[in-house]
Amino acid sequence: MQKSEDEIVVEDPGAPTGDSPPVTTNRAVDVVVSLLLLALAALLAFDNWRTGMSWDSTGPQAGYFPFYLSVILGGACLYGIGKEFLARKQPAETFVTRAQLYRVLQVFFPTLLFCLLMQWLGLYVASFLLIAGFMVFIGRIAAWKSLLTALVFSVAMFVTFQIAFDVIMPKGPLEALLGY
Amino acid sequence: MEALGLLLYGFKVLLTWKILALMMVGLVLGIFVGVLPGLGGPNGVAILLPLTFTMDPTSAIVMLSCIYWGALFGGAITSILFNIPGEAWSVATTFDGYPMAQQGKAAEALTAAFTSSFIGSLVAVLLITFLSPSVASFALKFGPPEFFAVYFLTFCSFVGLGREEKHKTIISMTLGLLLAGVGMDTVSGQLRMTFGSSDLMRGINFLVAVIGLFGISEILLTMEERLALRGHAARISLSVVLKVWKELPQYWVTLVRSSAIGCWLGITPGGAIAASFMGYNLAKRFAKDKDSFGKGRIEGVFAPETAAHASGTAALLPMLALGIPGSGTAAILLGGLMVWGLNPGPLLFVEHKNFVWGLIASMYLGNVVGLVLVLTTVPFFAAVLRVPFAAIAPMIVVSCAIGAYAIQNAMFDIWLMLLFGVVGYGFKKIGIPLAPFTLALVLGNRAEDAFRLSMIGSGGDMRVFWSNGLVGSITTLAIVLLFWPLLSKAVSLLRRHPAQ
Repeated sequence: MQKSEDEIVVEDPGAPTGDSPPVTTNRAVDVVVSLLLLALAALLAFDNWRTGMSWDSTGPQAGYFPFYLSVILGGACLYGIGKEFLARKQPAETFVTRAQLYRVLQVFFPTLLFCLLMQWLGLYVASFLLIAGFMVFIGRIAAWKSLLTALVFSVAMFVTFQIAFDVIMPKGPLEALLGY
Repeated sequence: MEALGLLLYGFKVLLTWKILALMMVGLVLGIFVGVLPGLGGPNGVAILLPLTFTMDPTSAIVMLSCIYWGALFGGAITSILFNIPGEAWSVATTFDGYPMAQQGKAAEALTAAFTSSFIGSLVAVLLITFLSPSVASFALKFGPPEFFAVYFLTFCSFVGLGREEKHKTIISMTLGLLLAGVGMDTVSGQLRMTFGSSDLMRGINFLVAVIGLFGISEILLTMEERLALRGHAARISLSVVLKVWKELPQYWVTLVRSSAIGCWLGITPGGAIAASFMGYNLAKRFAKDKDSFGKGRIEGVFAPETAAHASGTAALLPMLALGIPGSGTAAILLGGLMVWGLNPGPLLFVEHKNFVWGLIASMYLGNVVGLVLVLTTVPFFAAVLRVPFAAIAPMIVVSCAIGAYAIQNAMFDIWLMLLFGVVGYGFKKIGIPLAPFTLALVLGNRAEDAFRLSMIGSGGDMRVFWSNGLVGSITTLAIVLLFWPLLSKAVSLLRRHPAQ
């Protein structure tokens, strides 16, 4: 990939193109996030009201602080929603284009799958699968390089955490087979 | 000169082969983290924190702070060679650093960046060495009301002085404070906001949130961008280093100014990003030929780098002396202190001398070793960028998962990390700042405890926060800062329409 002695060039063939259509705007996401947080604030306010949010002889009860914090959170969300509502006629920035979203999901779904698999296969096997799979299918890197990298990394992690530092990780059938 | 004696003691703690080796490992990992896209100071420290769980606190903090120094150095490499700021605080370094590299002066620019980073941190470390013991011993007299007032001041200054939209800062901060309160209430022992879930009973772990917010979300954000890059390779020779160092004295005003700005913004929650821009802009304003800035002027590299590093380092002062972090990374280090069983705050200086002075000594040593390391290994680290992101991204994901799981050995934390990753991605894109959230999550319980202990002490009388000159002025200052945007607006309105 190196072009000359003093230049480093790295290509990114799968980069999102600039002309991809927008999926949604910052304003829409802002309002949705504010509504979700508003709902969370209401839920937490209710729970803290149930816990006790008043003031007794020793000072505030357990729910006092969180109750008023939820009220402030809710207020700030309402303010944000109002502000975006008033600005609704003005053009809004793009939150994400379709090409960008595609790339983001390309990492998100493998990560989700990795977390799910970790529960049955153990962390180290799942990480081998994640790295090898990601490099082959998304990075389009030669299979032998990908498998080798994934193997070296997973084994290195296993040696570092399991053997050297004694940090416990989820383990699966393979580790059991090896006697760990 | 008690501080000098203690500092020597710190060096003695430090000078064992084990700690020196950990220091090198930390610096190398840190430079990696600083150079790689999608990772940076706070993310690197958060992800690598679990490595330190089984170490003793001194080794752990030395390694982590070296990761931090390394990341600070590493950010400059990509800014100058590739015009890609590895960190937000390296943006100002690209203004003159990249043009220098284009003119074939990459080695000079890198030497200037590393040297000025070194100078900036050195000034801040000197400040920490001589100032933090007195701040800590002063803070030893603090009772709960004083502590609450200081926490309150920290929170308010974020709202009042932050550049983000105010309501978004408030959303971020209250959410952090609320999540800090989930689980067992430390004063009454009651359960709060757990909704019957046994996983939530443990509370929401700060480090899990940080790993998701900074690690996972950063990967998602990085993937959105075009990751192709084109830049210059550089090799630094001794003659270039000496040449730059010879020029150094003529820029002393810039260096001093940037160091001062950095130290100030580091101690107050202004941060390295603001410091680097301010350092650059002031250097430009006071220069005789302003037009030469942005075209490859070496002073344009000195100014932001000195300020950024002074600030990044000075942020550790309030963390050590008061238990209040001055930056996101300092907040994560503070989270680390709690994991290792230390109670951050002024008592550290009394109860854990080894730890505090070992850390301070490691700042000196880490910066010297770091400077030599980056000057000699730049070509190697620049080559790291040739590794495709498709290989790096899944490795970072795995490291994040290891980090999140290791904290409490709970699968629940892995899901929480993923959730925080998505939340962080969304928040960053719509402009909800993450730093106030981080700070609130780590300080929330301590602030609430301080408040409730003050209330128990005073029998529920709020006037306790004005009961003496010190606590009264801190509380008042906090309230002024909170309403500062409104106040300054009112003042400018009054100026425009003088009273009729």
